[in-house]
Amino acid sequence: MADLIIDEVALEPIQLIAPDGHPTPHHGLDPTSVVDRLPAMYRAMVATRGVDEEMVNLQRQGQLALYPPCAGQEAAQVGCATALRDTDWLFPQYRELGAFLVRGIDPGGVGLSWRGTWNGGLGFVERCVAPICIAIGTNTLHAVGAAMASTWLGDGGVTVAFIGDGGTSEGDVHEALNLAAVQQAPCIVFVQNNGWAISTPTHDQYRAPSLAHRAIGYGMPGVRVDGNDVAACHMVVAEAAERARRGDGPTLVEAVTYRMGPHTTSDDPTRYRSEGEVATWRALDPITRCEAFLRHVGAWDDTLAEEAASHAADLRRSLRDAVYDAPDGPATEVFEHVFAEPTPELLRQRDELAAELEREG
Amino acid sequence: MTMVQAIGAALHDAMAADDRVVVFGEDVGRQGGVFRVTDGLQGTYGEQRCFDTPLAESGIVGAAIGMALRGFRPVPEIQFDGFTYPAFDQVATHLAKYRSRTRGLVRMPVTIRVPSFGAIGSPEHHSESTETYWAHTAGLKVVVPSTPADAYSLLRDSIECDDPVMFLEPKRRYWAKEDVDRAARREPIGTAVVRRPGDTVTVVTYGGLVGVALEAATLAAEEHGWDVEVVDLRSLVPLDIDTVAASVARTGRCVVLHEGPRTLGMGAEIAARLQEEVFWDLEAPILRATGFDTPYPPTRLEGDWLPGVDRLLDTVERSLSYDHA
Ligand SMILES: Cc1ncc(C[n+]2csc(CCOP(=O)(O)OP(=O)(O)O)c2C)c(N)n1
Repeated sequence: MADLIIDEVALEPIQLIAPDGHPTPHHGLDPTSVVDRLPAMYRAMVATRGVDEEMVNLQRQGQLALYPPCAGQEAAQVGCATALRDTDWLFPQYRELGAFLVRGIDPGGVGLSWRGTWNGGLGFVERCVAPICIAIGTNTLHAVGAAMASTWLGDGGVTVAFIGDGGTSEGDVHEALNLAAVQQAPCIVFVQNNGWAISTPTHDQYRAPSLAHRAIGYGMPGVRVDGNDVAACHMVVAEAAERARRGDGPTLVEAVTYRMGPHTTSDDPTRYRSEGEVATWRALDPITRCEAFLRHVGAWDDTLAEEAASHAADLRRSLRDAVYDAPDGPATEVFEHVFAEPTPELLRQRDELAAELEREG
Repeated sequence: MTMVQAIGAALHDAMAADDRVVVFGEDVGRQGGVFRVTDGLQGTYGEQRCFDTPLAESGIVGAAIGMALRGFRPVPEIQFDGFTYPAFDQVATHLAKYRSRTRGLVRMPVTIRVPSFGAIGSPEHHSESTETYWAHTAGLKVVVPSTPADAYSLLRDSIECDDPVMFLEPKRRYWAKEDVDRAARREPIGTAVVRRPGDTVTVVTYGGLVGVALEAATLAAEEHGWDVEVVDLRSLVPLDIDTVAASVARTGRCVVLHEGPRTLGMGAEIAARLQEEVFWDLEAPILRATGFDTPYPPTRLEGDWLPGVDRLLDTVERSLSYDHA
């Protein structure tokens, strides 16, 4: 494996595919070396884009209470998740639909959380993905603890914490990075720097040359990667995972990307950002870039586009089916999962609520 | 004006009246807050007096402590109730204790505004009742307005107060409308108000549930002929137990209504205090209609989980079923 991750933190993001689809070899590394893996990544990105769109539609129809769109960030999420083993634990924030789909999580499981019938995500932990984490920054420490546990268990596992540019300002994230470095935990802190934390631009969030530069202070490698280049994201994370598995400790990866849509469906980005900015990034779309590269190296096949589109359509349909008219579940169920065994007081309160609901019919 | 506008007006007027007042937090500047409460403040008062902070709640409160130490009157916002937990350390460890630690030499005129409580269909950590954490922390005042006019007046008082105030804004009342007279201040922090007089039973509540209690009282009068008195606490610390006790002494019955979990909630404290004050006047045990001892439920279940008109009326009926005659 070529050295993408070096001791010095470079400001220029690692890029293997230029926006027009031409390869831009880096340190002698050529994206053609992953060309056989790119169709699968392309397919996952198209699926993510489609399901994401469907989630927004469902929210507009009142089927979901809220949804944080991820359009624009597919390459970062898919490139990262496809570089890992299925047994490596992921600790998402809430915008990582691409990583969820790579893990084979049913889109309905994600949709029902946003519908508000579950907190956290259904079908996640079964696939070594921690529940959706709304309290920003808190998940990074879990990733470090789980990575330490992997070392003790000797299972060769790597953990990935997903965090945003805003989230890196939380105290917990500093504690996580420091602990990971001190423990040499097999952990990757994967920052999706999408330019904005709700309305707060990166300039008001941090003044380091880059978020990857923070790694220096913690004593771990930091690397900036073009977050709209799926090959680069994939190879950087693959190398970080390999380092972690070898016992060489954590890596801070900053994927430079852009949140194309609003922060969530209740946010109005026209209040704080310009159309011009959005247009600039629209031209850097990660999916068209991947396609352009495959065409350039002669690995494109029209059936890939058709097959990816029909897979995305299937997932969209399964999401709609799962969400439409999904029952809310009995309210008394909230008492079942407070403790392993409900306390007598909880049982009393459950019966009270049951009786109340029955009286109200 | 709406409660959102009333709170915004209070911030505007406080900043105009005293240039030591500074407003900051996540998205409060450029965007005017996720609920638009702070809309226009940055434009009017500039970026030193109203600014966006990095995403860091412990940092927001910790920095407010330093500013207060140097004579400013910080009014930070924590974006949602569930995100006060990362700030808990700074509030409990330092903010609440600075005055007693310095034997009164240092004041902490910090007002932490928190959009609070549930019933607006939000995801996890956006609907929590945190009031008892604060009420249990000595050195903090805890204010929960229920109407736009009270929100205006109580926020002005809180900002002028030399002690730290947790100002918990009931999100479900954000769009409630009322005329607000910005020239007139109403009763100061620490005074409860009887929102509806009655002589059958006293319902004690605060914040978003005041509206629920009033609705239930109207229904109770129409359907059962019960005359429910509704007391709005407005501030939990200091607690105006005198107003509550006077009411309960008259009606002989009391139901406490709150959204937060029942165990060790405000109802527990009020019941204990009333029992000490008006034991001989009680016709029935003091009862509680509350949320349950579970994590706040997912959106689609909150309507069943939260105490509403029905749970309150059931509890009132239970209170009335104690009959010593
Ligand atoms: C501890 C905490 N504080 C505040 C919030 C409210 N909030 C939700 S998302 C967000 C901005 C997050 O930005 P960033 O970390 O850059 O991630 P992005 O949403 O851009 O993916 C804020 C302030 C929260 N969820 N958790």
